[in-house]
Amino acid sequence: MARIQIITIIINLLFVFYISRLIIKNRLREEYAIIWSVCTLIIIVFSVWRDGLAIMSKLFGVYEPPNLVFTAFIFVILVYLLHLSVVNSKLQRNVNSLSQEIALMKEKLKDNNEEQA
Amino acid sequence: MAQKVLVIIPCYNEDASLPTVLAGLQALRLDDDLKPLVINDCSKDNTREVAESFNVTVLNLPINLGIGGAVQTGFKYALRYGFDLAIQLDGDGQHPPDEIEKLLIARSQTQANIIIGSRFIDRKGFQSSFLRRIGISYFYWLNRIFAGVPVYDSTSGFRLLDKKAIECAVRSYPDDYPEPESLIIFAKAGLKIKEVPVVMSHRLNGRSSIRRGSSLYYMIKVTIAMFFTFIRKS
Repeated sequence: MARIQIITIIINLLFVFYISRLIIKNRLREEYAIIWSVCTLIIIVFSVWRDGLAIMSKLFGVYEPPNLVFTAFIFVILVYLLHLSVVNSKLQRNVNSLSQEIALMKEKLKDNNEEQA
Repeated sequence: MAQKVLVIIPCYNEDASLPTVLAGLQALRLDDDLKPLVINDCSKDNTREVAESFNVTVLNLPINLGIGGAVQTGFKYALRYGFDLAIQLDGDGQHPPDEIEKLLIARSQTQANIIIGSRFIDRKGFQSSFLRRIGISYFYWLNRIFAGVPVYDSTSGFRLLDKKAIECAVRSYPDDYPEPESLIIFAKAGLKIKEVPVVMSHRLNGRSSIRRGSSLYYMIKVTIAMFFTFIRKS
């Protein structure tokens, strides 16, 4: 096994360990962990299976195997970023409606108190 | 001695089935003191108006929290107002209100902290589809491994919780697909879980929160969640 394979595998395992710790400490929700685990799994597969990258590049018609790595990963990262933006927008919307709801409630409470006084 | 029982009815777009459920609940005559609590999880239909037309307490969530968050709101209510027991009864009509008595009887006989109404002990009534049953037997094994208790119908949302279990659910309750995962939380807290046979019907209206396309995702997500709940320090 080549040195680089061992290095990637070790780094990957550390990464998996870190993800697990984050979930255990309740700092990462499981659905996000799924995506991260799948990514590391793919990297582990390719670090063990050395010819894999060349075979995959041939399959996709890419001349230089490293180009496939960059293209694929940039694409995945873009899609994931988009997903996070969607989640973030939803959170923003939720915070807005919660704040509005609280403001309306506060106003109503004040009204009630004044009526009683 | 009559116990104070809160019947938590989580609803998301259930205006068609909710009247049957609430009418059935109000027709019940039991020794215990039942109080229905509708949690309207930001429905887009007339659930709010329908629920408010009955003489019940309705909590309208300003944003959609999902089933787990909605039910947990009910548990918080139960804890705050000192209820002895809480029963979850889905608003889609799958859980017939007449079956509540079976849960209460099982509770007084076994004194278990959690009583689950199960479709699969007597195999009567609606049994759910074939694929769904495979998933359920998978969860049966997961639960045996992680929670150490044999629960045949771990996805059943028809359950009774006592004070201790309510306190536990208020502290932490998963927010989507909460049923199998919450059993591990309860088991880790040292609570006793029992199952009783009940008869369920087809949901009158609406669809399961688990659709076929997403059921694989559901299995993976719940498996990971159950695993991490298992190893997490409580």
